[in-house]
Amino acid sequence: MEISRLQRKDENEWWIAPYGKMRVPAVIFASESLIREMDEKVYEQVTNVATLPGIVKASYAMPDAHWGYGFPIGGVAAFDAEKGGVISAGGVGFDISCGVRTLLTRLTLEQIEPAKERLADTLFRRIPAGVGSTGELSLNPKEMDAMLRGGAKWAVEQGYGTKQDLARIEEDGCMAGARAEQVSDRAKKRQREEMGTLGSGNHYLEVQHVAKVFDHGIASTFELSEGDIVLSIHCGSRGLGHQIGTEFLTRMAASTGQHGIELPDRELACAPITSVLGEAYLGAMRAGINCALANRQIITHLARQAFGEIFPDAELPLLYDVSHNTCKTEEHMVNGRKMQLFVHRKGATRAFGPGNPMVPDPLARVGQPVLIGGTMGTASYILAGTEKGMNLAFGSACHGAGRSMSRHQALRQWRGREVIDGLAARGVIIRSRSMRGVAEEAPGAYKDVSAVVESADRAGLASMVARLEPVICIKG
Amino acid sequence: MSDPHWELLPHGADIGVRGVGRSKAEAFEQAGVALTAVITDPTSVAARQSIDVSCAADDDELLLVEWLNTLIYEMATRKMLFARFEVRIDGHHLTGKAWGEAIDVDRHEPGVEVKGATCTELKVAEDRPGLWRAQCVVDV
Repeated sequence: MEISRLQRKDENEWWIAPYGKMRVPAVIFASESLIREMDEKVYEQVTNVATLPGIVKASYAMPDAHWGYGFPIGGVAAFDAEKGGVISAGGVGFDISCGVRTLLTRLTLEQIEPAKERLADTLFRRIPAGVGSTGELSLNPKEMDAMLRGGAKWAVEQGYGTKQDLARIEEDGCMAGARAEQVSDRAKKRQREEMGTLGSGNHYLEVQHVAKVFDHGIASTFELSEGDIVLSIHCGSRGLGHQIGTEFLTRMAASTGQHGIELPDRELACAPITSVLGEAYLGAMRAGINCALANRQIITHLARQAFGEIFPDAELPLLYDVSHNTCKTEEHMVNGRKMQLFVHRKGATRAFGPGNPMVPDPLARVGQPVLIGGTMGTASYILAGTEKGMNLAFGSACHGAGRSMSRHQALRQWRGREVIDGLAARGVIIRSRSMRGVAEEAPGAYKDVSAVVESADRAGLASMVARLEPVICIKG
Repeated sequence: MSDPHWELLPHGADIGVRGVGRSKAEAFEQAGVALTAVITDPTSVAARQSIDVSCAADDDELLLVEWLNTLIYEMATRKMLFARFEVRIDGHHLTGKAWGEAIDVDRHEPGVEVKGATCTELKVAEDRPGLWRAQCVVDV
């Protein structure tokens, strides 16, 4: 991105003053080198979002921002329903409530080392992953609606996981306001065989070791020490979420004229929050959130069973589950006034600071865990929400590394087998059904996740707690 | 005049599909092949069975989005991949056929599933007489 077009407010904070039809400024949080590498399209998209009706304070981009559809990936924008604020299917993303959850294992790297291969095989056998894979659970229409209303809470009631898990999931595992009747039959059909599946692309299940602790105080509240083994799951709402996103994106694109919304580009398709279409999307999207929470809860259960086969005494309590493709109704202080806002986070993680009533004890004492997924060859990070971050971008942070290379370019550059062998030589076990998928997801096709996380930390969006490195990766 | 063909367009996290043809319908058919190419090598997919599809939209561009989304839905629910397409467009209504086979993970090695078509880089245009282009970014 051309740096001369930005006004530097701080080491990691860049502003674009409103011009043309922008209603508010655009703000990008990133180091100078990340800004220089950033796609010009982020500039276009973050300023386009600033033109939308009812936007509050600013249109934000996180340090991992890259070219998305409509909103940039790594985009955050909040809207006031009373001021004609809008909701956008493209501002949430097709993989509604895609997110990361991390479980503690209370095992150490030393303890799992001798059983690594066996554990990898067991996880790979139990957890459906990849294009065309199906879950064991098939829901009838009544069960489907109950799942869409109940989320992870429904999954726990069906025997997947424990009640204790729910306190460690956003919204206590059940998103209120979900409207199963707003989810089309096609979306439900697309989901029928996909409950408890990882999906493909950048989705994964990883066994990771805590390679470094940056903040020992917060790490001890999160029960993390160097050498510990944790398990992280990155996936979303599967076919149901994709179909909801697909259908509402085109419905919104076809209806903007009817709502009197003038858009700089059709890709920004949206609807007023209080319109019939806006409310229908909200209800369906919240059902999609519940689908993602239930899906991660079922996969958690399968992962616990797999661990139990090898380590019969292992307990895998949930550290936290946080989504990075959502629109949530939240209260924020704006210019000294408490406001109820609809906060879109597309490829951005909620990062609530200490004392926030939405975060359970004892996590609330130190800030919400912010789970950042990396690549299978580099690292993932755990950060904590900060008080400062609540005022920077409505309590939001980055969500991952972001690609630096297209899938096709990666296919030309790497072979899946070579990637797997190279990682095996470094002690990382990869299990995948598709060598093409592995090549497309080669670690070299991604930006440096450490630079992204350090920038988020320095900007004050969230603070670094621990670095996790992969031991086993089950690739979707 | 350019022969009908398809291309994949680079896009940060996702990927763009483009079909080029002598008519709008042919460009749509080629965009269908590009969609398969996002997932696997289209030449690895055998045209063993066909399915009938139809969709409609208010304009040409949203019709392309609907066409691709219809194929994505059929791939997801039938667990199939498609190699060849036949499209007929009357006004803003499309009827067509797609030939393909069930996904065979070992043989097709599908890299990534497509979630949906988007309005980004969406374009259906006759760039010059007898040369149609149909393209958009798809979310993977």
